Amino acid sequence: MRFAPALIVRRFGLPHRRIPAMTRAGLPAAAGLSWVASATAAPASAGLGHGWQDALNSAGPQAAHIQDLWRLMLWMCSIVFALVLAAFLLALWRAPRSRPDTAPDLEAKQRPEAGIRRTVVTATVVSAALLFVLIVASVWTDRALARMSTSDALHIDVTAHQWWWELTYDDPDPSRQITTANEIHVPVGRPVLVTLHADDVIHSFWVPNLAGKKDLIPGRTSQMQFRADRAGVFRGQCAEFCGVQHAWMAFDVDAMPPADYEAWAAAQRQTPPAPSDPLLARGRQLFLSSTCVMCHNVAGTTASARKGPDLSHVGSRRTLAAGALPNDAGSLAAWIRDPQKIKPGNNMPAHDFAPDDMKALVAWLESLK
Amino acid sequence: MTLRDAAAPVDVNDVPPSPDQVRSLVRTWSDPPGWLGWISALNHKTIGKRFLCTAFGFFILGGLLAAAMRLQLARPRNHLVGPDLYDQLFTMHGTTMMFLFAVPVMQAVSIYLVPLMVGSRTIAFPRMNAFAYWIYLFGGAMLYVAFALDIGPDAGWFAYVPLSGPDYSPGKRVDFWAQMITFTELSGLLEAIILIVTVFKLRAPGMTLNRVPLFTWSMLVTAFMVIFAMPSVMLASTALITDRLVGTHFYNPAEGGDALLWQHLFWFFGHPEVYMIFIPGLGFVSTIVPTFSRRPIHGYPAMVIALIATAFLAFGLWVHHMFATNVPELGKGFFTAVSMMIAIPTAVQIWCWIATLWTGRLNFRTPLLFVLAFFFILLMGGMTGLMLAAVPLDLQVHDTYFVVAHLHYVLFGGAVFPLFGAVYYWFPKYTGRLMSEKLGRWNFWLMFIGFNVAFFPMHLLGLAGMPRRVYTYPDMQGWGRLNAISTAGALLLVVSVALFLVNVWRSRRHGEVAGNNPWGGATLEWATTSPPPAHNFDAIPVVYSRDPLWDGAPREGQPSHVGGLAVGQREVLVTTLLDAEPDHRPVMPNPSPWPFLGAIATTILFIGSIFTPWAVVWGMVPVAITLTAWFWPRKRDAAAHLALEQQP
Amino acid sequence: MTRAELTASGLQADASRQAPSSRAEAPPGATLAAVRGAALDVRALPSFAFGARSMMWWATLGLMLIEGTVFALTLATYFYLRSHVQVWPPQEPPPDLAVGTGLTLLLLVSVWPAMRAKAAAERLDTGGVRLWLTISTAFSILVLVVRAFEFGHLNCRWDSDAYGSVVWMLMGMHTFHLLTDAYDTLVLNVLFFTGPLEGRRYGDVGENAMYWYFVVFSWLPIYAVVYWAPRLG
Repeated sequence: MRFAPALIVRRFGLPHRRIPAMTRAGLPAAAGLSWVASATAAPASAGLGHGWQDALNSAGPQAAHIQDLWRLMLWMCSIVFALVLAAFLLALWRAPRSRPDTAPDLEAKQRPEAGIRRTVVTATVVSAALLFVLIVASVWTDRALARMSTSDALHIDVTAHQWWWELTYDDPDPSRQITTANEIHVPVGRPVLVTLHADDVIHSFWVPNLAGKKDLIPGRTSQMQFRADRAGVFRGQCAEFCGVQHAWMAFDVDAMPPADYEAWAAAQRQTPPAPSDPLLARGRQLFLSSTCVMCHNVAGTTASARKGPDLSHVGSRRTLAAGALPNDAGSLAAWIRDPQKIKPGNNMPAHDFAPDDMKALVAWLESLK
Repeated sequence: MTLRDAAAPVDVNDVPPSPDQVRSLVRTWSDPPGWLGWISALNHKTIGKRFLCTAFGFFILGGLLAAAMRLQLARPRNHLVGPDLYDQLFTMHGTTMMFLFAVPVMQAVSIYLVPLMVGSRTIAFPRMNAFAYWIYLFGGAMLYVAFALDIGPDAGWFAYVPLSGPDYSPGKRVDFWAQMITFTELSGLLEAIILIVTVFKLRAPGMTLNRVPLFTWSMLVTAFMVIFAMPSVMLASTALITDRLVGTHFYNPAEGGDALLWQHLFWFFGHPEVYMIFIPGLGFVSTIVPTFSRRPIHGYPAMVIALIATAFLAFGLWVHHMFATNVPELGKGFFTAVSMMIAIPTAVQIWCWIATLWTGRLNFRTPLLFVLAFFFILLMGGMTGLMLAAVPLDLQVHDTYFVVAHLHYVLFGGAVFPLFGAVYYWFPKYTGRLMSEKLGRWNFWLMFIGFNVAFFPMHLLGLAGMPRRVYTYPDMQGWGRLNAISTAGALLLVVSVALFLVNVWRSRRHGEVAGNNPWGGATLEWATTSPPPAHNFDAIPVVYSRDPLWDGAPREGQPSHVGGLAVGQREVLVTTLLDAEPDHRPVMPNPSPWPFLGAIATTILFIGSIFTPWAVVWGMVPVAITLTAWFWPRKRDAAAHLALEQQP
Repeated sequence: MTRAELTASGLQADASRQAPSSRAEAPPGATLAAVRGAALDVRALPSFAFGARSMMWWATLGLMLIEGTVFALTLATYFYLRSHVQVWPPQEPPPDLAVGTGLTLLLLVSVWPAMRAKAAAERLDTGGVRLWLTISTAFSILVLVVRAFEFGHLNCRWDSDAYGSVVWMLMGMHTFHLLTDAYDTLVLNVLFFTGPLEGRRYGDVGENAMYWYFVVFSWLPIYAVVYWAPRLG
C-alpha cells in the first residue's frame, strides 16, 4: 500500500506529509494481530461448530434457523464493519499532519460542505435500510421458529431447582409417566414440548445445539419446543445466575433413534426389583435406614421424598450431580461422602459411611438402571 | 424600597481586572485552609478532582476484582477462588463499574470542566455538589467494607429476585447492595440537577444554545437521562429492601407479587444507564476529534439532535434484556425494532466524525489515539449489539460470554477509551503539565491489544456454549484455551493501567509545562491558565462563536469580557436560557462544613435502615438538623449580600 | 472602581423608573447591562430574580421531574401487579373513602395560602409573607395529622399481600414529601420572623409554594388510584 498515498495526493491534490509509519500501520496491524491471535484459537480448539454444547452445531430445526440468522448477520455486519473501518483508516491515511499551533480550518464553517453532507445522508439512509433488512430477517426467523409443528409432541415437564433439573414425562395414562432428573431422552425426529416451572429462583433452560433458551420463573409457567433431527448427546446448562452452584447445573439431552427411545422409556417405567445379591441388598438397606430417604425417591421402596433428584434409575445416567461428575462408582462414593467438596454450597449434606457400607450403597445405586 | 446599603463601597472587576482585583478574586474563591477547610471546600475544581480520583480508585478496585476472576477462569475446574467468593467478585465488579465508576466518573469530569467550558466561575449549587460527592464516597466505602468483611453482595450487579429476595439471600449482603444504590442514585440525581442548572443558567453571555460545546451538550443530555432513569432503580431497590426488611410482597409471587416486576423496573433504569455511560464518551470524541483535526466538527446540529435522539430512544429498549422470559412475543418484536433503530443516530455521529477526520489535518497525539481506538472497538460492539437485538439470536447468546464480550466492547470502547483520551487531553489543564507522550503510547497500545485479546475470544466462548457468571467450567471443546487467552489479555490490560498510573504520577511533577492551550483547543477552558485560578477567569469572556478560541474575537465596539461583578464576594452572572443574555447577578454560598456533616447524618440513616426500619425515623433528626444548619443564613453573609443587592 | 464611585458617576440604574407591578415580570437583565469599552457592564443587573429566571426554580423543577417519575412508576407498578390477578384488592375491602377524600379536599384548600405567600413574596411584602407562610405551616401540620389517621383507614397492611405493599408504598412516598415540605415551610416561616433576610429568600418562598403545589397535585392521581381504582375496576 506504499503507493496509495501518492495516488491519493494526485487525485485530491492535497498536500500530504508522511505520518509516522508506526502510527499509520500500527492501529490496523495491532487490531489484525489481536484478532488473528484470538480467532485462530477457534478452529484450533476442537470446539466451535463441532461441539455438543454449541450454538453453531445445530441438531434440530430451531437451532438451525437461528444459525442461519447468525450467518446472515455475521456476513452483513462484517462487511459493514470492514467498509466503515476502511473509510476510517483511509481518512487517517490520507490526512496531512498538523500540530497544536497549526491554524484551524475555519472556512469549514463558511463552506456549505454539500458533498460531505450528501455522503453522510447517503450513509445514514443506507444504514437505515440495512437495519431494516436485519429487522425483517429477525422477524422471519421468529416466524420460522413458531412454525415448528407440535403435533404428536412428546410432553416433558421441567421443574428447575437449585441446582438440579426435575423432569416428568407427561402421559395421559398416569402409570406411563416417567419421573427422572438431569437427563432428558428424546426420540429423533419427534417434536418435544417442554413446560417450564421454577421451584425457587429464576433459572434458564438452554441446550444450544437444539434451541434458544427460555427462563423458568417462579410463579409463572412457560413453554418452549424443540426437535432433534439427528442422534447424539447434547449438553445443556442453566443460563440464568441462580446461586452458588449455578456453574454446575447442567443437563443432557440424549436424542435416540425411536426404537431405542421406546426401550429406554420402558426401562424407566419399570420398578427396580428388590435385589437378591447380598451386597446390593445391604446397600439398599443402608439407604433406607439413612437420611437419604428425607430427600430422594426410589420406586419400589418406602423412600418417596421429592426434595432431591429421583434416584429410581440413577445407574442409567451419564453424569451425577447435574453434570458435575461422571457416573461411576468412585465418583458416586466421593459425592456421597462429601458433596460440599464437589459442589460447595449445594443442598446435600455429607454422609461419611464406612468403606464397606459405602461400597454396598454405591453398588446398589449403580444397579438401579 | 431598596434593600441595598449605598454607603458601603464594593469593589467590582474592571476589564481587564487590576492586579488587586485578581488577588481579591483568588482570595474570595479559594478553599479555606486546614482540616476544617478540607471538609468545607466548595470550589468545583476541588470537588471535581476528588470525585475523579475516587472514581478512578473504584475503577482500579473493580479491575483488580476482574483480574481475580480471570485468574480463576484461566483453567477448567480451577480452585483458586471458590463459588461464594467468586459470586461476590463478579457482583462487586459489575456493581463497582456500573454504579461507582462509569456514571460518577463522567459526572466528575463534568463538575470540573463544564463551568470552565461555559465560561462560569462556578458550578450551580456548590454545597449540594459537595454533599453529593461525600454521599457517593460513603456509599462506595460502605459497600467495600461489607466486601472486606466477607458479607459483600453476591447476587449479581442486577440482583434478580427471588434470588436476591429474603428467602434465597439471607443475611445483610444484598441489603448493602440495595442501600448502596440509594447512596449512588441520590448522588447521581443531585449532580444531574446541578449540571442542568449550570448549563441552563450559568453560561457566559453570548453562548447561545447553538454555541454550546458538544461535550457540554452530551452531559446535559446525560443529566436528563439520569433524572428519568434513576428513579426506576431507586423504586426497585426500595421495594427490594422493604421485601427483605419489613415483609412487603412486591416480588413474592405467592402473595400477588411478580419476579418480573423487578426486571422491568431494573432494566427501565438499566438500559438508559449504559447510554448514560456511553453518551459522555461521545462528548469526549466530539471534543478531541475537532481539536486534533484542526477544524470544527462537521454537522454540529445533526450531532446535537443525534445525542438527543439516542437518549430518547434509550428509554424504549429495556425489554431486550428480558427476551428469554415469557413477556408477550409481539412486545419483543417492538423492542427488537427500537434496539436496531438506535444505531441510526450513532451512525450519523460516526459519519460526521469520519467526515471531520477526512477533511482535517491530523495530529496523532495520545488523546487522538484513544479516540481512534473508540471507532474500532465501539463499532464492533455495535455490530454485536445488533445481533443481540434480534430475538432468535439473542435466545442463543443471552447470558453467555457473547454478551460479556458485547458489553465490554461497547462500554470499554464507547466510554473507557474516550475517557483515557480525555484524561490525556485535559490533564494539562488540571495540573499545568502534559503527560508523557512516550508512556502514553505504550499505555495505549498495551490497552488496545490487551483489550482485544481479553474480550474477543469471549464472542467465540459464548457461541461455543459457555454461560455467564460461572465460577468454573468443565474441560470441553476448547473452552480452556479460549479462557486462557482471555486471561492473558486481561493481564495485559492490568499492565497498561499500571503504566497509566505511573504516567499520571510522574507527569504531575516532571511533565512538560503546558501553558494555557497546549493542544490548540477551541473551547473556553483553554482561555485561562493551566491549572485555572480559583475563580476560573479573571473576567468572564463574552462569547461570539461555537469555537471561541478559534474565531471568537469580538468585532469593533463589541465587549470582550464581563465587567462589574464583585471581587470580594462570590458573585456570579446568571444568563437567560436560550440566548445567554445577562440576567441577574446572585452571590454563591461560602465554604461550609454542613454538606459534609449532612452527608454523615444521611449515611447513618441509610446504613442504620439496613438493620432496622426505626433508623429511618430516628435518623431523620440529625439529617434535619444538619440540613437546617446548611440552609440557615449567617448574619455576616446576609449583610454582605445586602451590600450588593439590587431588586429586580 | 467601587460601586459608590459608580453611583456618583451616574451609571447606576435609573431609580426613577417605576417599579413593575410584579417582580416576576421585571424586564430581563439584558436591557440593564451596558457596554463600556471592552466591558459588558453588569453592575445594574438585579441580584436576585423570580420564577424561571432563578436557578432555584430549575432545581425545584428537576426535583419535581424526579419525584414525578417515581410516582408515575409506582402507579404503573400498581396496575402491573393488578393485571396479574382476578380479584383486586385480593382479600380486603378498599380504603375508607371518607378520610382520604377529606384529606384531598384539605390539600386542595391548602394551595390557597401557598399562592398568597408566593404573591406576597413577589411584591417583597415581608408582612404578607409572614402571615401566609404561618397559615401554610398550620395547614401542612393539619394535613400530616389527617394523613396519620388515613393510614389507619387503609384497610390493608404493607405485609399482607402485594396490593397492600404497593398501596403503602404510594402512601408512604407521598407522606415523605408531605413531611419534608412541611419542615421546609416551617424553617422558612421561622426565618422570616427571625431574619437575617435578603432578596433571594423571597424567591425561596415562591419555590417552596411551587413544591407544595407539586405535593398537592401529585396526590390527585394517587388518590384516584388508591381509593377509586379498586372500586371502579
